[in-house]
Amino acid sequence: MFRKNKFQKLKEYLIEKLLFLFSLVSIFATVGIIAVLSFEAFAFFKEVSLLKFFTDTQWTPLFVKKHFGILPLLCGTLLTTLIAMLIALPVGLISAAYLSEYASEKARNIIKPVMEILAAIPTVVYGYFALLFVTPLLRKCIPGMSGFNSLSSGLVTGTMIIPLISSLSEDAFHAVPMGLREAGYALGSNRMQVSLRIVLPAAFSGVCAACVLAISRAMGETMIVAIAAGQQPRLTLNPLVPVETITAYIVQVIVSYKLRKHFQQVYE
Amino acid sequence: MKRIMCFMIIAVIACVNQAYAAKLIKVDGSSTVFPITEAVAEEFQKENSGIKVMVGISGTGGGFKRFGRGETDISDASRPIKSKEGDLARENNIEYIELPVAYDGLAVVVNPQNTWVSHLTVKELKKMWEPDAQETVTKWSQIRAGFPDKELRLYGAGTDSGTFDYFTEAICGKSGASRGDFTASEDDNVLVEGVSAEENGLGYFGLAYYEQNKDKLKLVAIDDENDANGKGPVAPAIDTVMDSTYQPLARPIFIYVSVQSAQKEEVAKFVEFYLAHAGQLVKEVGYIPLPDAAYQAALERFKKRVKGSVFGGKGAAIGVKIEDLLKRQK
Repeated sequence: MFRKNKFQKLKEYLIEKLLFLFSLVSIFATVGIIAVLSFEAFAFFKEVSLLKFFTDTQWTPLFVKKHFGILPLLCGTLLTTLIAMLIALPVGLISAAYLSEYASEKARNIIKPVMEILAAIPTVVYGYFALLFVTPLLRKCIPGMSGFNSLSSGLVTGTMIIPLISSLSEDAFHAVPMGLREAGYALGSNRMQVSLRIVLPAAFSGVCAACVLAISRAMGETMIVAIAAGQQPRLTLNPLVPVETITAYIVQVIVSYKLRKHFQQVYE
Repeated sequence: MKRIMCFMIIAVIACVNQAYAAKLIKVDGSSTVFPITEAVAEEFQKENSGIKVMVGISGTGGGFKRFGRGETDISDASRPIKSKEGDLARENNIEYIELPVAYDGLAVVVNPQNTWVSHLTVKELKKMWEPDAQETVTKWSQIRAGFPDKELRLYGAGTDSGTFDYFTEAICGKSGASRGDFTASEDDNVLVEGVSAEENGLGYFGLAYYEQNKDKLKLVAIDDENDANGKGPVAPAIDTVMDSTYQPLARPIFIYVSVQSAQKEEVAKFVEFYLAHAGQLVKEVGYIPLPDAAYQAALERFKKRVKGSVFGGKGAAIGVKIEDLLKRQK
């Protein structure tokens, strides 16, 4: 009896340590990424002053007149994110409210999986959709619009993150206790009032979490903007002209430079 | 991960091929010349199973580095060899034969709805693209009196392409001298897409891409203000590149063969095949072939093993005409 107990204790101890090790993997990855980034950034800021980095309005590191102002790239990123959120937030929230408060069980079982398929489409497909379908369509309505612009890539990025918002917010709505709704109905509210004034405030933290996730997804989105937003860092709030986001710039530099290096290695 | 896997598989295949192929010809260099060499290699391998041709794309400079260290048999080049690169080869006892294989023309294009531009002078192009234009030349009206007060939207080659080096050298006078505030892409399709969807757009890329997208773009004639190369503005076309009136945006492209490698039977066979079939294949991949006499002259040059470059090691040569090329080859 005693021996078995000791063995079990050892086993428990080992398992605990094993689990701890597994959780360390992601921590190490995070620390590694931060370390690499700060190391590279340190080297960069030895050459370029922080002041210039944040106040210069041009980004042309690859050309003769070098400027290292992050503002144009930052502006492009924020502009596409803003447009994406303007689409995704209302549409996502309204569809979440519909699914949770209005839809019949049957409708819900069909609509929810179909919406979630949107999230499974590779973003490169969205990118070509924006470039070859949405942009030509918009150009018919808005004359003078460029072939590459932040509007169409923002709209399409927004469409892509609708399921993220609707699905997460719907879960949050669903978690609101039935008693709260019943109390609302008992006081004579209609469905709209219950959804907007009782369920939404009660699920607010969940909805916020959904929004934060969606914003980070829109900001980090790479392929759509690399394909459809153009490749010209430009400090502008005009959604009709080509801009470049931070991620798109990284892609551009990597594709042109690193891929060639790879080929070189293969052939050597 | 997938990409890495892909490269690993390619690497493994390359190694296996290397081990099994009886004879291997190694070519590396310019990505501009790559399509031609690749097309020739494909045809050549069809007729000569047992000989394997590997074509790399390290860029003209990277290719010459490897060539000079004796790692490759043939180097693709979109400009003549520089004296520094020649010195490296000499240090390693490598001599080379220079053979022009085709002409590459750059096209300057605007949107079909652009009614105001039919031609531009080299000076006007310089005004548009030089480094000092960055953030200051932003309107068409700044280029020529009479042009509308519309925003100038520029599309051009990415800094990593030979096209960028050549265009900046030919127009702004120094390789790499360009403004930075334009849509830059190594992918010519992006540039075609951009200019074709933008009334105020202007872009430049290889003539081959214009030929494939004729319906979406309008070609701009170029005037180099030198009457010796044809009076007034000249539009790029196969004829005007061949009779050298389209200047300065047309250039010859080359292969360099190592004399030591040329002693190997398979390399000599490949080069002779290259010069015999280039005329046809160059056209197929979208470049402009040299006149037959030039291929004849090049073949002579190869058979006699004429060593060295006719360009004096200064790198990119602007405004080299076909006749000059023939004369210099003799």
